[in-house]
Amino acid sequence: MTTDRREWPVYEVFVRPRNGLAHRHVGSLHAPDPEMALEWARDLYARRGEGTSIWVVPASAVTASRPEDREAFFAPFEDKVFRHPSHYHIPPDVENM
Amino acid sequence: MPGDPALFAYVLRLGDDSLILAQRLSELVGKAPELEEEMALINIALDLVGRARLLLTYAGEIEGAGRDEDALAYRRDVLDFRNHLLVELPNGDFAHTIGRLFLVAAFDEQRYGALRHSADARLREIADKAVKETAYHLRHAGEWVIRLGDGTEESHRRMQTALDRLWMYTGELFAPDSVDEEMARRRIGPDLRQLEEGWNRRVNAVLAEATLDRPQASFMQRGGKDGRMHTEHLGYILAEMQFLQRAYPDATSW
Amino acid sequence: MYTQGLDGQIGPVREAETAEEKAREAAFQAKIDAEIRIEPSDWMPEGYRRTLIRQISQHAHSEIVGMLPEGNWVTRAPTLRRKAILLAKIQDEAGHGLYLYSACETLGPTRAELVEQLLAGRAKYSSIFNYPTLTWADIGAIGWLVDGAAIMNQVPLQRCSYGPYARAMVRICKEESFHQRQGYEIMMALANGTAEQRRMAQDALDRWWWPALMMFGPPDKDSVHSAQSMKWKIKRVSNDELRQRFVDVTVPQAERLGLTIPDPHLRWNSERGHYDFGEIDWEEFHRVIAGNGPCNRERLEQRRRAHAEGAWVREAAAAYAEKRARRRAA
Repeated sequence: MTTDRREWPVYEVFVRPRNGLAHRHVGSLHAPDPEMALEWARDLYARRGEGTSIWVVPASAVTASRPEDREAFFAPFEDKVFRHPSHYHIPPDVENM
Repeated sequence: MPGDPALFAYVLRLGDDSLILAQRLSELVGKAPELEEEMALINIALDLVGRARLLLTYAGEIEGAGRDEDALAYRRDVLDFRNHLLVELPNGDFAHTIGRLFLVAAFDEQRYGALRHSADARLREIADKAVKETAYHLRHAGEWVIRLGDGTEESHRRMQTALDRLWMYTGELFAPDSVDEEMARRRIGPDLRQLEEGWNRRVNAVLAEATLDRPQASFMQRGGKDGRMHTEHLGYILAEMQFLQRAYPDATSW
Repeated sequence: MYTQGLDGQIGPVREAETAEEKAREAAFQAKIDAEIRIEPSDWMPEGYRRTLIRQISQHAHSEIVGMLPEGNWVTRAPTLRRKAILLAKIQDEAGHGLYLYSACETLGPTRAELVEQLLAGRAKYSSIFNYPTLTWADIGAIGWLVDGAAIMNQVPLQRCSYGPYARAMVRICKEESFHQRQGYEIMMALANGTAEQRRMAQDALDRWWWPALMMFGPPDKDSVHSAQSMKWKIKRVSNDELRQRFVDVTVPQAERLGLTIPDPHLRWNSERGHYDFGEIDWEEFHRVIAGNGPCNRERLEQRRRAHAEGAWVREAAAAYAEKRARRRAA
């Protein structure tokens, strides 16, 4: 038995759970084209009414950082503690801060 | 109005259409061309089972003889079923399956669209739900008709063949009988002839995009919705669907 | 629905040799020990990758083949409510198969390759689905026992060290929470029904009990890969421990139904605080896994038929997508 098709591409699926929240990545699926991907995403990832909006994006369109980028990308932020509010010492009697 | 025979007959038609098409779609479990599509077909089947339950429950209440959804689904024989012939035809290949679903969904779009303005409050309520479900069924089936029609040579041939074969069962959808006429007169149901125009528009647009020919008008079969002449297929559908209730008539709970 | 502790072969894996390789493996194990999840693009030992591919693909195949014994009754469900519930449950299983195929694809193999392995008979799936569903009570027994065993198995997998698998399991466990309950409800209706219905219920328990216990896989002493899987936190609880948990919770449920578990050796052991139970027929287990269960051939033939009959449809969709892309580009 051989694989009988040009394999359908992978689409990444993003669902907005409800208005006010961002679309969130929920998984992926194979589909021949974007419309079918959208309809199937609804059946596969929102069949319990989990969403108010769906995006499907060809997985090939995603540009991702690589594990070897991790240090270069993320380590430089570790020493910039002054970006976090807890870095600053304000006397407790100063309110609304 | 308990014991309203025309309304009972009409609601039974709606309910039986949903029930029998749901039954046909449930036969496809484990058989769809791809798993994602299987999920889509089961979703549609689920919508239709839910709709059948609402409608048969209501039909039973109108009749006032104590029959609930299951008594109506499982304890009637061919002579008392009132679905259109189109829904009882076998699934055939995927082109037939999707072609039939498309034609029925395009009809339901018109029919339930009109029923949202029915003089009957229960039907209005059911139609509100059905319209939303049907919009997806129609969109999904229509997308497939386009893909099969405008896909490969083989898929085009299969899709055209399916439409040609199904076509003679579409006439019944728009041929009013005394029940339809009474429902239209009482503003409960739509005038079927008026639905045909919207249905034609929808069907023609999809067929054109799918590069398919609209089948020639030919002899149109009838006899489902008035129960005068079902196909031989219905008996087998019921034999399978009703097996447990028939084999264990003493059982009261499942 | 579930993964069996099937210890299939993953082939020879080259041991770490150089100091650099050893350090990399040690760093990997340190991450696992620190409960840091492994993600698809992270480095992982080849054995870890292959073990996961094997387990996740078997799990996915089990979901898909598992639809068939239940699908066998969906057109004959005794009430419209039961028909709707069964359709929804089978649909979930298709969805769970798809989540799992996706998780498996993050490790390298494509969906088409995985499906081909199943259809060619080279992949394993849970032995339980090679048993027939003869009466409606089997649908109750599958929900109660098979899904019950599956939940036992799957709950710890939500904490599996591989991120995509763990996330799929979280979603699956949440969605499956109704599956066992609907099965038990069917059993209750039958056990409290007519004499014929009670007979059906007892018969289903008689036929499904032992295959359900086999779902947890071979005993720990024969489970060669278990120790490594536990160390990698792919597996969190041993086969025998899960099996014991299942027996302990299921026996009172059977009693509540007034049904008899078909095991003369079953009895409460107050010293251990667990039920003792009889010896599982491992010969049967291996026979079914090897392809000689009552329904192995039918199950695979049905999957092959659906795949073959769908070929022209998949071709058409791909052809249409190409045409459309060309038209848009033009």
